[in-house]
Amino acid sequence: MNITNLSKIALSALMRNKFRAFLTMLGIIIGVASVIAMLAIGEGSKKSIQQQISSMGSNLVMVMPGSQMMGGVQQGNASSKALETRDVTAIREACPSITAVSPEVRGGGQVVAGGNNWPTTFYGGDVNYLDIKKVEVKAGRMFTEQEVNAAAKVCLIGQTVADNLFGTEVDPVGQTIRFRNIPVKVIGLLEEKGENTFGMDQDDLLIGPYTTVQKRILAITHINAILSSAVSEEATTQAVTEITAAMRASHRQAEGEEDDFQIRTQAELVSTFSSISDILTTLLGAISAISLLVGGIGIMNIMYVSVTERTREIGLRMSTGGRGRDILMQFLIESVMLSVIGGIFGIVLGVVASSVIGNLTGWPIAVMPEAVALSFVVCTAIGIFFGWYPARKAANLNPIDALRFE
Amino acid sequence: MKKEIISIHQLRKDFHVGEVTVHALRSVDLSIREGDFVAIMGTSGSGKSTMLNILGCLDKPTSGSYLLDGTDVSNLSKNELARLRNLKLGFVFQSYNLLPRTSALENVELPLFYNNSVKPRERRERAMAALGAVGLADRVHHMPNQLSGGQQQRVAIARSLVNDPVVILADEATGNLDTRTSYEIMALFQDLNAKGKTIVFVTHEPEIAGFTTRNVHFRDGSIVKQHAVENPGSAREMLTTLPVETD
Ligand SMILES: Nc1ncnc2c1ncn2[C@@H]1O[C@H](COP(=O)(O)OP(=O)(O)OP(=O)(O)O)[C@@H](O)[C@H]1O
Ligand SMILES: [Mg+2]
Repeated sequence: MNITNLSKIALSALMRNKFRAFLTMLGIIIGVASVIAMLAIGEGSKKSIQQQISSMGSNLVMVMPGSQMMGGVQQGNASSKALETRDVTAIREACPSITAVSPEVRGGGQVVAGGNNWPTTFYGGDVNYLDIKKVEVKAGRMFTEQEVNAAAKVCLIGQTVADNLFGTEVDPVGQTIRFRNIPVKVIGLLEEKGENTFGMDQDDLLIGPYTTVQKRILAITHINAILSSAVSEEATTQAVTEITAAMRASHRQAEGEEDDFQIRTQAELVSTFSSISDILTTLLGAISAISLLVGGIGIMNIMYVSVTERTREIGLRMSTGGRGRDILMQFLIESVMLSVIGGIFGIVLGVVASSVIGNLTGWPIAVMPEAVALSFVVCTAIGIFFGWYPARKAANLNPIDALRFE
Repeated sequence: MKKEIISIHQLRKDFHVGEVTVHALRSVDLSIREGDFVAIMGTSGSGKSTMLNILGCLDKPTSGSYLLDGTDVSNLSKNELARLRNLKLGFVFQSYNLLPRTSALENVELPLFYNNSVKPRERRERAMAALGAVGLADRVHHMPNQLSGGQQQRVAIARSLVNDPVVILADEATGNLDTRTSYEIMALFQDLNAKGKTIVFVTHEPEIAGFTTRNVHFRDGSIVKQHAVENPGSAREMLTTLPVETD
């Protein structure tokens, strides 16, 4: 008997017990739907983290003081040395793979305007600081080179700080605020960036010339970090090599000595967080896969019932010339149909659920075609695996015993 | 002399139930030739069904030989036996054994499904022809539960015919039917036999056996008597003598 005929028989057998077939499929439907939804959510959150990280700056390469850390543990015994503005100059002169470099100085403190005050962080940078960090000016202007040289008491204000100090009515540009009691003039308002994936408000900040933050506010001579932009994502590795060399020269480090600074790149950050999110996705997927397994056991159970119920039918089929193989295939196709039809419903449900969750969380939820294809393969496999024993039981029946079965 | 379709020699069949051994058949010799219409008779438990199941290759004898249409079936594999049942044998059961919720036509098509050389078109045509031959041309799309017992048995007969077997095996095919319907079914079998079909028919009703051409009597698993029927009655004629049912 050929596959088409066997499929017809299997389908009509299922149609005879529609509700039972549906209940049996339910296990598979829920299993497949949750696998697809979980993978989509995992993938969506990963993409969202990647977007967040890339919005932190353009191909950012950061230099920070301190020797290389691994899992929070200092490696080796190399001393760390504070970063200084001449390191920035050294990098600017020696590294062709970067387009921009800026020092970063930051300090936390209370900011006051009128009767309102608000705790925030004041970041200091060079004139290209906003480009490196991918921040736009919404109103007003960026500070100038002269203002950097003069350590002018000017700043750009983040939306959160502006809202808390001035409310929504007053235009913050042109106002004077006091940060740690030092009056600073607001010359621009920054474009909103919202919260990042880690729940940090990226609009809760002030940005001004690094000289201002360094000398007038913190009264320090070093800088906290050096930010630079590689010419492209691929050039990041090259940039790291160049910056390392420039930094070692600037710090006069001997050969064989360990770096007394550390370099972090955006690409590195992306891969770290991607791998965390991959682990989560795998975990969620594995938990959902268990429900798929339970669904498969449900199919096996109902196939056993079906074989027992239809023992006389099996006997009749054998008496009219059905071979063991024909009977085996008939029941196998029936169980594969159960699981594959369940799988199709599950895929539909999973896609719908994913997009609903996507709308609720605002994540770029992406249903992976691989997940859909995999579900299909897995469902077929489940049908064959869990249908095999009941089908074989049917195929191995003795014709006369099957015919006489009551 | 006509060709020998069934040749049985020294056939035995024992059943073991717990400690007890039941000798259902003890040294049976039987020969059935092409065109025979044989009634197998005997009291309940005498081994008639056991005999028929072995003839139908549904069960294997404990010992003895069985040649079906020249083939020794004792050494055949399960698949070869299935093929033999498909091509050479047709069954009619007491309880019809139709597939539920499956139309008469599809029930009749069943044996052809297991015959790969028959294409879908031919399958349909042959099933229609078989249903026509049993007088059910107007019931092809009915489900078994929409047919009377007699009609269901006709569908079963059509199913046994459709693959053009060398022999039709019927076990108490009229056992569930009233007299009139039994005669109708017997008339059908007589027609088939008149066209040359070999039929083995198990019954314990002498009246029914009177429509066949040869009677074989079983007792305690052995053949005790067999004889040709002189002037077998015509079931169709008998039907006309039955009083017309009035309510
Ligand atoms: N599967 C079986 N297991 C054990 N004993 C069996 C089995 N089948 C038949 N028998 C025994 O074999 C004997 C013959 O049974 P069989 O069914 O052939 O009788 P029968 O002539 O068809 O009777 P009836 O007219 O009542 O149908 C009986 O004694 C029965 O109990
Ligand atoms: Mg019997």
